[in-house]
Amino acid sequence: MTLNRRLLSQFLTASLGVMFLLSVPAARAAADGPDEMIRRLSTDVLNNIKADKDVQKGDVSKITAFVDTKVMPNVNFTRMTASAVGRNWRQATPEQQKRLQDEFKSMLVRTYAGALSQVKDQTVDVKPLRAGAADTDVIVRTEVIGRGDAVQLDYRMEKTANGWKIYDFNVLGIWMVETYRTQFAQEISARGIDGLIATLAQRNKSGSAEKKS
Amino acid sequence: MIVLQHAALSTSRSSRTVLLSFVALVLAVLQGCAMSPNANPRDPWEPFNRNIASFNDGIDEAVVKPVATAYQHVTPQIMRTGVSNFFGNIADVWSLVNNVLQLKPAESVETLFRVGVNTTIGLVGLIDVASELRLERHTEDFGQTLGYWGMPAGPYVVLPLLGPSTLRDSLSLPVDSKGNLVGRVDDVALRNSLITLRLVDVRANLLNAGRLLDAAALDKYSFTRDAYLQRRRGLIKEQTTDVNSEDERYDLPAPGQPEVSPADSKNTP
Repeated sequence: MTLNRRLLSQFLTASLGVMFLLSVPAARAAADGPDEMIRRLSTDVLNNIKADKDVQKGDVSKITAFVDTKVMPNVNFTRMTASAVGRNWRQATPEQQKRLQDEFKSMLVRTYAGALSQVKDQTVDVKPLRAGAADTDVIVRTEVIGRGDAVQLDYRMEKTANGWKIYDFNVLGIWMVETYRTQFAQEISARGIDGLIATLAQRNKSGSAEKKS
Repeated sequence: MIVLQHAALSTSRSSRTVLLSFVALVLAVLQGCAMSPNANPRDPWEPFNRNIASFNDGIDEAVVKPVATAYQHVTPQIMRTGVSNFFGNIADVWSLVNNVLQLKPAESVETLFRVGVNTTIGLVGLIDVASELRLERHTEDFGQTLGYWGMPAGPYVVLPLLGPSTLRDSLSLPVDSKGNLVGRVDDVALRNSLITLRLVDVRANLLNAGRLLDAAALDKYSFTRDAYLQRRRGLIKEQTTDVNSEDERYDLPAPGQPEVSPADSKNTP
């Protein structure tokens, strides 16, 4: 009886300890509002770009690695791709879905690698969040301020179990998912999902082979 | 080629009449075009627009882009900045008028200060002192003013040489051209040189954006159209649409279906 009680209390203490340890990071993540998260992420990304010569030179593989480690953990890229592909997403096989995500990500990185390499002394100004405390779907508005101009950069974010995730972004008033939805729909209606994957793959291959002056 | 819109804004009176009749003619022809069954509701004249867009691209590739690229290679950055600032200052004058027309006191005052500071301390606009002073630029044209007061944009139109536009904005072009000071220069040779210079300046500033467009778009025409229309709506409303996603969640299973696809449970690395 005594042995059991001791074991039980030890077990309880251990469990409480583990639960406490696990909950602390979660609590910190939950306490971070989406705007705070974006501020941290943006500052982090900008500082890293300014410090990294390879990224500034436009080295695509370096930028891809950089995006994978720093940016992607905060993005629900599956949702982003699925939204862009539209109703055909559900018809796609898991393998097609994975390929769509990979090629789409490749294309976005390659496209915006050029923009990232232009970063010199920009700062990010995160606007006050206009959302209720209980909202799980918000828009975070920011401006990237360089010399003389301010570029609008907004994010649509959802609250998940792993914290806030970005699922759409807007540069200069243009929402990415909405724009690519038309692009992908055209391609799919002409050549199907495999056609879309092939087109994206081919552009990614030829894009990285080209050296743009 | 939003570019040439700027050039058109400062043609002489007779050329303006020609321009206006040309635009009217194009629009009249478009009215007669039959709508195809797959028509995009915002772009009912798509077949016609596509033709004009490829015509514009041809001219751009053949003439405008090479000249702008050469300009960028040959002139020092500081000179190019001066040119951009100069024309930006002139544009700010018309923006001031439109900010006033839209009854926006804060933006009007800021734009007034911009013009004042840049014209005097900034040496007739060559130096953009106002931006250093954090006076934000609030670019407004007459199409935006009409849109602000509730006039719908109408169908998407690609104008020959002038590039993407909407029905409402095309009809505003003559008004914009009256508001542009370069058009008031009397000496024809000087005026034409200024117009050409501004055209080249705008195109040179858009070279990077052009490259981005080539990389980002699967179909340049529809990407340009969608981006242009979104941006135009955003500029008029000064704010993008609020929390959306009335969109269906395609990454989640359809309502009523219990099965979860393996791809959904995969988390991004």
